[in-house]
Amino acid sequence: MSDNGFEPKIIAFLCNWCTYTGADLAGTSRLQYPPNVRIIRLMCSGAVDPIYVLKADLAGVDGVLIGGCHPGDCHYQEGNYKARRRVVALKEIVKSAGLEEDRIWLRWISASEGQRFADTVTEVTEALKKKGPNPLKNEWAV
Amino acid sequence: MSGRFRLEERLVKTTIPVENNQTLAAVQGFLRQLLESGAVEALLVPMRTPHGAVTPALVSNPDLLAAADPLAPVMPGNNATQAGKLSIREPRVKVGVVLRACELRALVELVKLQQASVDDMTLIAVDCAGTYEVPVYQGRRANGDEELWRALYQAASNDPDALDPEIRLACHMCEQPVYEGADVTLELLGSDLGQEIRVSLPDELGAKLGLSASEPNARAEVVEKLVAARTARRDAEFVAIRERLEGDEGLIGVFDACIRCHNCMNVCPICYCKTCVFKSAVFDHEPLQYVGWANQKGAYRLPADTALFHLTRLNHMGLSCIGCGMCTQACPADLPVGPVFRAIGQRLQATFEYLPGRSLEEPLPLITFKEDEWLQVGYE
Repeated sequence: MSDNGFEPKIIAFLCNWCTYTGADLAGTSRLQYPPNVRIIRLMCSGAVDPIYVLKADLAGVDGVLIGGCHPGDCHYQEGNYKARRRVVALKEIVKSAGLEEDRIWLRWISASEGQRFADTVTEVTEALKKKGPNPLKNEWAV
Repeated sequence: MSGRFRLEERLVKTTIPVENNQTLAAVQGFLRQLLESGAVEALLVPMRTPHGAVTPALVSNPDLLAAADPLAPVMPGNNATQAGKLSIREPRVKVGVVLRACELRALVELVKLQQASVDDMTLIAVDCAGTYEVPVYQGRRANGDEELWRALYQAASNDPDALDPEIRLACHMCEQPVYEGADVTLELLGSDLGQEIRVSLPDELGAKLGLSASEPNARAEVVEKLVAARTARRDAEFVAIRERLEGDEGLIGVFDACIRCHNCMNVCPICYCKTCVFKSAVFDHEPLQYVGWANQKGAYRLPADTALFHLTRLNHMGLSCIGCGMCTQACPADLPVGPVFRAIGQRLQATFEYLPGRSLEEPLPLITFKEDEWLQVGYE
């Protein structure tokens, strides 16, 4: 299942209450999705410090996926709304700095959406395969 | 632009006479009046030290105001930081702070970041015609030019395109050389400084100091022309730096020579965190960890995370960057820190329709949100 053998490495920061549980549901439902994603569980998408995303990108990770509850469903009322603003700001900075904003993905996936989680991982993986590896992967001087 | 500020009080324009071309003495006299009248209990103002340097000081003895030099075209630091120290918590006294426009904008941001309070403060704005870097300024002074400011104000008032090229780039790019939201403003632009100094202040204070209203002068037109010239220069710098940032170099290339000394952060009025993540244990690693990273890419840059440092700082203060250029002035590698932060900051600020320093009422964009915004984000 590879184009020229390139398998993107994706880091996913998932909120405990929705997307991580959705990923869990995808697993217990035995849904198939690409194994390219490395999941890190956080309590809230609002707990994703942009520095985590930047560090991963500069280290050469091919893609970062942030998953949170749908707007209005945040366990902490407003964490995902703040995450949304942070991602908008982060993408603006990344783009203005000459880096690739389309390696950063934000998706709202609820605890009951195992299929949406599997579909999202498939979609991100396919898009990054098409895009190619992160050019910073072999840059030591970053 | 409304900074604060006591909108219920009416500001009146008055004139302080200048005798024998002694403009600085007239300014000092006005500050002395403020202190002696009890309008303020102390003044934060740029002072000339006995050895000739310019430094901000908190002055409580009116006699020492003979050394005050708010006209000196040099900016060793952004004094919003010092104003914050004098006001961050109670108890505190009524202080007057003499600041340039970029310092007042920084102060507004610091209030919103809960690092300053203007509640007991009298804001005294000084129209700015631009400043030199410290060594340039000291060199010019050593060559005997004691009134460097005079030529700068004259040029700014008469021929705004002819700004001294040795003025800091941040000042060439400064499209907000005046601040309209202060309590007291020394309106130095558009006046014949050999004759008089125009001051706007609340009528109550004017009455207290025995100053009466006077006719408006040419300041508004002068400022308009100056702003147009500076805006043009700013936009040209933005085009140049964006070409590099969005071209092959990118931010990583532009900041390639960074040694991560943190000078830009230390002098930044907005970067206030006492325990910055970059000075924390997060960036301390086990010796073997470095070898592991070296093995991954074949080599590992040390000190590490230079690009991460700048990108993170952009995240933390880019929305509040008021463009004072202290970062550029402090950079030992002569990197264009200020232009980069201003260029990217402008994009960020436009995204959130936020203008740093504009108003105390506008919340910082990243501590607030609306439910019905960027509705496609997370679904596309």
